[in-house]
Amino acid sequence: MTTKLFGEPVRRREDPRLLTGQGRYLDDLGGDALAAAFVRSPHAHARIRDIDVSAAIDVDGLVAIYTWEDLPALLAQPLPLLIPHPALTHGRTAHPLARDVVRHVGEPVVMVVARDRYLAEDACALIRVDYEILKPVVGVEEAAQSAQLVHDDVPGNVGAHLVQEVPSAAGLGAREAIDAAPHTLAFRLDIERSASMPLEGRGVYARWDADDRSLRVYTSTQTSTSVRMAIAAKLGLPLPKVEVIAPDVGGGFGVKIVHPWPEEVLVPWAAILLGREIKWAEDRREHFVSSAHERAQVQSVRVGFDDDGRVLGLEVNILHDHGAYTPYGIIVPIITSTQLLGPYKIGAYRVEFSSIYTNTVQVTPYRGAGRPQAVFCMERTMDHIAAHLGADRTAVREVNFIRPDEFPYDQGLIFQDGRPLIYDSGDYPESLRMLKELIGWDSFPEAKARAAAEGRRIGIGIGCYVEGTGVGPYEGGHVQITSDGRVHVSTGLTSQGQGHETVFAQIAAAELGVPLERVSVVTGDTRRFGYAVGTFASRAAVMSGNAIALACRKVKEKALRIAADALEAAPGDLEIVDGEVRVLGAPGASIPLATVAVLSNPLRYAFDEEAARATQFAGTPAFDRPPVEEGQEPGLEGRDYYSPLRSTFASGMHAAIVETDPLTAEIRILRYAVVHDCGNLINPMIVEGQIHGGVAQGVGGALYERMVYDEHGQLLNASFMDFLMPYATEIPLVETAHLQTPSPLNPLGIKGAGEAGVIPVSAVIASAIEDAEGIGIDRMPISPSELFDLRRAATGRSTSET
Amino acid sequence: MKPPPFDYHAPRSVGEALETLADVGEHGKVLAGGQSLIPMLNMRLAAPGHLVDINRLTELATLDVEPGGVRVGALARHAQVERSEEVAAAQPLLRQALRLVAHPVIRNRGTVVGSLVHADPAAELPAVLAVLGGSVRLARPGTVRDVPAAGFFTGILESAAEPGELAVSAFFPLLPPRSGTAFREVARRHGDYALAGVAALVGLDDDLRITTARVACVSVGPAPVLVDVTEACGHRPPASADWASAARAVQERTAPEADIHATADYRRHLTGVLAQQALRDAAREALDA
Ligand SMILES: Cc1cc2nc3c(=O)[nH]c(=O)nc-3n(C[C@H](O)[C@H](O)[C@H](O)COP(=O)(O)OP(=O)(O)OC[C@H]3O[C@@H](n4cnc5c(N)ncnc54)[C@H](O)[C@@H]3O)c2cc1C
Repeated sequence: MTTKLFGEPVRRREDPRLLTGQGRYLDDLGGDALAAAFVRSPHAHARIRDIDVSAAIDVDGLVAIYTWEDLPALLAQPLPLLIPHPALTHGRTAHPLARDVVRHVGEPVVMVVARDRYLAEDACALIRVDYEILKPVVGVEEAAQSAQLVHDDVPGNVGAHLVQEVPSAAGLGAREAIDAAPHTLAFRLDIERSASMPLEGRGVYARWDADDRSLRVYTSTQTSTSVRMAIAAKLGLPLPKVEVIAPDVGGGFGVKIVHPWPEEVLVPWAAILLGREIKWAEDRREHFVSSAHERAQVQSVRVGFDDDGRVLGLEVNILHDHGAYTPYGIIVPIITSTQLLGPYKIGAYRVEFSSIYTNTVQVTPYRGAGRPQAVFCMERTMDHIAAHLGADRTAVREVNFIRPDEFPYDQGLIFQDGRPLIYDSGDYPESLRMLKELIGWDSFPEAKARAAAEGRRIGIGIGCYVEGTGVGPYEGGHVQITSDGRVHVSTGLTSQGQGHETVFAQIAAAELGVPLERVSVVTGDTRRFGYAVGTFASRAAVMSGNAIALACRKVKEKALRIAADALEAAPGDLEIVDGEVRVLGAPGASIPLATVAVLSNPLRYAFDEEAARATQFAGTPAFDRPPVEEGQEPGLEGRDYYSPLRSTFASGMHAAIVETDPLTAEIRILRYAVVHDCGNLINPMIVEGQIHGGVAQGVGGALYERMVYDEHGQLLNASFMDFLMPYATEIPLVETAHLQTPSPLNPLGIKGAGEAGVIPVSAVIASAIEDAEGIGIDRMPISPSELFDLRRAATGRSTSET
Repeated sequence: MKPPPFDYHAPRSVGEALETLADVGEHGKVLAGGQSLIPMLNMRLAAPGHLVDINRLTELATLDVEPGGVRVGALARHAQVERSEEVAAAQPLLRQALRLVAHPVIRNRGTVVGSLVHADPAAELPAVLAVLGGSVRLARPGTVRDVPAAGFFTGILESAAEPGELAVSAFFPLLPPRSGTAFREVARRHGDYALAGVAALVGLDDDLRITTARVACVSVGPAPVLVDVTEACGHRPPASADWASAARAVQERTAPEADIHATADYRRHLTGVLAQQALRDAAREALDA
């Protein structure tokens, strides 16, 4: 790599566009399209007796009303269960429009198409659905014990049940190892629901071209290629006649990887039927009650350990709240079960989860995807052990760490990708050392004592995690150099603001030796790249980054071969600098990549100067060879795929200092420190941005956000008024340090960074509050009101002191 | 989240506005800053047949410091009142409270009078009007009436302003000499409606003993809860006042309810803590006055 671009804090190229209103999000498109709106169930559990649309028919501007009965055979089926698993014995998915029974507030029942969204909502308000109300099942523990069923044919509301067990080196099972341990502890942990909550909701805009018999769909998705396949399958269209494009997407954080959403098939279907453009842009209330949530789990932990805090056996039982349906399978609880082990060597491990249906919005991955719960469990366990032994919390972690010379380290479990959970690289002791230094761990007791002398309460907390990133199966990249010298990079996965345009351009520019400005990047457009998986699991940089690097290497090889001919030099003696192929050690002997691109195509109509110089009569052709030789292709382009053996394992450790107000019980984060290891850094500024955003979401999950369902299954806080997403004012300055242990698994030596920031935050804040207050924290998030209750319970006093 | 249909009126004068409001009667709603009304329309929680937009009535965008107090016209925005040095000098509690109202962009649109008429039990300005003993001026064609704070806030989101009436201004009395004010609150996030909040007014006599001490509390009842704690403080100088017993007296008068953000007990506890803090702050200001 000649141009030093890889590893540089290059400014995000997408920002000027996005920050000055030049972005094109879903609702910026299709200004003339008809609007769709939905009648959604107001009940958590009910049987539909009748739908009366007569009053809505008169609404001026109404175009169409559809119910389940109107759907063609393929669409009338339940939506696909995307990721089946043998343990998911009772997977259930919803119909695009409810058939007979609704199972959560917000489930779509009727689709209305009208001239604009105002009129569509007016019509919705006039449609009368007659429901027979059924008893709802709310709360994961209630559902696990309830005789009431979410799905009649799912006994006990158990959708899936899975046990994984890794015996100790001596062959002991976890239960035996715990029973035999010098110390044992048992406790229960509780984590509530939150949600991805992208600022741009979901949205779909479909155009049917009746002349061409082709469909173009814009959708605010994390996977346009898979939405395309789903639409083709569900609407019975030939795949080549369907194009799906993710325009600028205002955040996804997991919820937009689910596909197809009912709206993603219904809107295109109606567009074809009506021969009109149709758009649906989700509003915030719809997003709260009809997309997806995550996080809620109840965990029972039993742990056995020795006098040093070394874990000899760990047993975890998880009740996972899956909501009403399981379209995305059981990825979340699988990740919780497997990533729970973190950076530690656990003697013997047994994990069991039951995934339980409730009459609430379905649960699918949200940034972190089961890891925040896993880390909460393991890190609370470490803190419990330290408290029991009276040991320093970092010392207990240290004795349990996997050592740097033990990689690759096999945890003996099966990971989310169905492949063995083998860590590729890492240096956990060094990471801890850096973190302690960054936050001032060893001198904190003095600071705490000083604060106490002033009547203030402060506490410090820590949390460590390992994150499987860059899961397969593959991603591809296509790179084309055109005769103007520009480099066009495309990959099939999508962007939601992460900075892919910048990072992928950096990789391409560095690989090809061209200036960054000459590289343009397109993501998530099936017209440009048809095969892809999607953006989730911190995989974009690892998967598409490496695929693009490999595609660039193919193009470079071809460019050097053509240039070698032209320059009468051996390809091995050439380098590309600043977009020019040069002969090493021979200044002046060079040829621009633009010219190489012209030479790569034997058809040279003289569109421009460059081509005019290279038409077939300009040079001396070789008459003994065909213009395009066997095994060659015209043009200077390359396509390649990257498909890894296994996931890469990024890691990190966070620490925080919090202050709790002795009177008001308000909780304030004074400092937040992060040591982060995602292998080689492509762009440290972008990695830090990802960490900051992740920490912000983590702070939301730790102190502010929850989905409050009442016993009727009504979501009581379905607006930004009452769902407390933190503002910038609630987010501390995040201090970061990077450790780089390259991944041996991929050519660039990188690991994923997209989710890391969010993962340990609840564990860290709980640890810090516990330290400040001397009161055990076993459920998150925590509010001042709850801390007030915990204090009262701890002191046993019932009157409030003022 | 789109409003149901309504007729839109944009009167050019107060007279025209009053006529229109009289015409549409109970089917009409005044649109001021829209920071509370528009969300309610979009969520279809309100469906008035007519909206009477007063944003063109620049004659109501007034802010006058009169001999007895500050008169705030119906089109004076939160931000305008908050930033006025003259108002801050005359009646400091307005700025102290407005800084806690929402965020700057909302304060650029939202109006003080709109906030009073809207009568949210968690809002700061009703407490300010209550603790200062101010009033709201209501008009309909040919008649004007001033309603004192004590009778203005009639329930959750309910005020004495009747259908067809336009609130044209609000009046916030000046402080007597040797008095101070303070506003203390706890909100979940910066700028949110408060979980609990206390506006306090403390007045001293020439010997610097407390002669007046009262608070108005938010979020602990359907309307601002006004409590006179002069007795509880004792006729003493601030340094030896019994603030704790004053705070207890405040707590006894509150009947908060639990919601998803806080229990009733916590709200009552906070109200006590904040009352004590606000009274101390106000007394300190009074000493400096
Ligand atoms: C995110 C957010 C946070 C907020 N946080 C706070 C907060 O912390 N504290 C707080 O106090 N407020 C808060 N608010 C509300 C804000 O202060 C509003 O602006 C205020 O409550 C209403 O003023 P408005 O001018 O916007 O009134 P509008 O929304 O226009 O009207 C509100 C109601 O009052 C009536 N009305 C308005 N003016 C008149 C009039 N002159 N005569 C008769 N009727 C009238 C309307 O008909 C309507 O019923 C918040 C708002 C938002 C959006």
